Amino acid sequence: METKAISVEQLNFAYAGGEDTPTVQVFENLDFSVEEGSFVAVLGRNGCGKSTLAKHFNAILLPSGGKVSVFSMDTSDEDALLDIRKCVGMVFQNPDNQIISNVVEEDVAFAPENLGIPRDEIRRRVDEALEIVGMTKYKNHAPHLLSGGQKQRIAIAGVIAMRPKCIVLDEPTAMLDPRGRREVMETIRRLNEESKITVVLITHHMAEAALADRVVVMEHGNILADGTPKEVFSQVQRLKDARLTVPETTQLLYELNQNGYDFSLDSLSVEECAQAIYKTFA
Amino acid sequence: MLKDITLGQYFPGNSVIHRLDPRTKLLLVVVYIVALFTAKWFVSYALVLLCLIVIIGISGVKPRTILKSLKPLLFIILFTGILNLFYTEGKTLVSFWISTITYEGLTRAFFMILRISLLVTGTFMLTYTTSPVSLTDGMESLLRPLRHLHIPVHELSMMMCIALRFIPTLTQETDKIISAQKARGADFESGNLVARAKALVPILVPLFISSFRRADELATAMECRCYHGGEGRTKLKQLQYRARDAVAFFLGAIVLASVILLRIFGL
Repeated sequence: METKAISVEQLNFAYAGGEDTPTVQVFENLDFSVEEGSFVAVLGRNGCGKSTLAKHFNAILLPSGGKVSVFSMDTSDEDALLDIRKCVGMVFQNPDNQIISNVVEEDVAFAPENLGIPRDEIRRRVDEALEIVGMTKYKNHAPHLLSGGQKQRIAIAGVIAMRPKCIVLDEPTAMLDPRGRREVMETIRRLNEESKITVVLITHHMAEAALADRVVVMEHGNILADGTPKEVFSQVQRLKDARLTVPETTQLLYELNQNGYDFSLDSLSVEECAQAIYKTFA
Repeated sequence: MLKDITLGQYFPGNSVIHRLDPRTKLLLVVVYIVALFTAKWFVSYALVLLCLIVIIGISGVKPRTILKSLKPLLFIILFTGILNLFYTEGKTLVSFWISTITYEGLTRAFFMILRISLLVTGTFMLTYTTSPVSLTDGMESLLRPLRHLHIPVHELSMMMCIALRFIPTLTQETDKIISAQKARGADFESGNLVARAKALVPILVPLFISSFRRADELATAMECRCYHGGEGRTKLKQLQYRARDAVAFFLGAIVLASVILLRIFGL
């Protein structure tokens, strides 16, 4: 049996309301799980609960009903809190609000320092983490002078310095330009393939989700679709009903089909898509 | 426009002064201030001035930078000087209309101006040659004994470190907000003092709101990285006293002792 990195059982969660704000029920009996070593993309529109779900993965939020466990540790177990956070690292949208120090390497050292790791070991981890994200030559720089993509890679390095088994990234590319986005996506892919870290990527970029092994589409706190990118994106009508777009290649084939052709919708890369069209017309 | 702010400015360098342990520098600044206030007459002031010149020389900070840093304080320095010049009683030197300048007033004004300038320049040398991060580390380490008095030393130094980290970020953001408000027709340049102060409100409100949001996100990010206070924390860069720190302390002690001796002899 494969180990589950994250398993969510019958999750209930509501943001408590105040005097003027109503209570918002986000999840009702949600089941979800992530296999160890996989690369899962979670898609959904704003307000569908994807960020709220992510915050349950390392005990930033606790379920009001049901159970969330990561690597067989229950997130509501307070004694295991540090171990849980060490296992499941989290990267957020705005790199500026995650960087703590004025010097890149000191920022990367923040997490290991918190864990009370001896100095030589911190040095080793910091160098290793910067190497993985390809930022070694910037280790003495001031973060505010780096580009968005570079800052986000520093934030990722700050998380890998804990040596987590799983990284959850909450829209890490939303504030970046196309170049920064590519840098970050390459880094994430490498983490999954080379360092064998389980990756949960929360995004609303279809092209990014297409890089994952598995895509989960969420709407109103429920899972709408779950499967490989090809399986999920070929359900074009269903995604459109949830007001999500599909990758451009799928969109093209879908529209051709609307006009009487019969393409299978599982050609995701530009190359595959071109081949499919070429075969039909040649 | 806000890029010119020089709060706790640091000039990176590799001189001996730069490489001294921040704790040494902090303590020596205290020694320097004590010496400065002990100084009484020309000889002792000259000694303190000489020390400062030697330190500036070694550190490689340009004299022009130092003169520039004194410029905003020019008014205070001159004001104190003039007050001392006219309001000291003693042997009359010149007398005209209702004011008199005494011999004592003249020397006192001179020493006062010298003292303030030396005080400011000396303390600026600390921030010029010490990076903000090592400065906070130094303070944390020096203040550690206060923990026993339940003073949250680690938290204070963490706050200072974060504040320093966010100065450039918030400066950029302020610039952006100013541009955005200008684009909507806000006027920051005309009107009297009250009107201008009022014009700042549309800058401060968004700045505060976004700072709170940042603070919230930062706190979550810190928690995600296992931050749980100063308990059991280790450090990547441990502060360590070296031979040069001992030499610096020794020299500092000699200067202080000489100034005290000179005072006893009234020099």
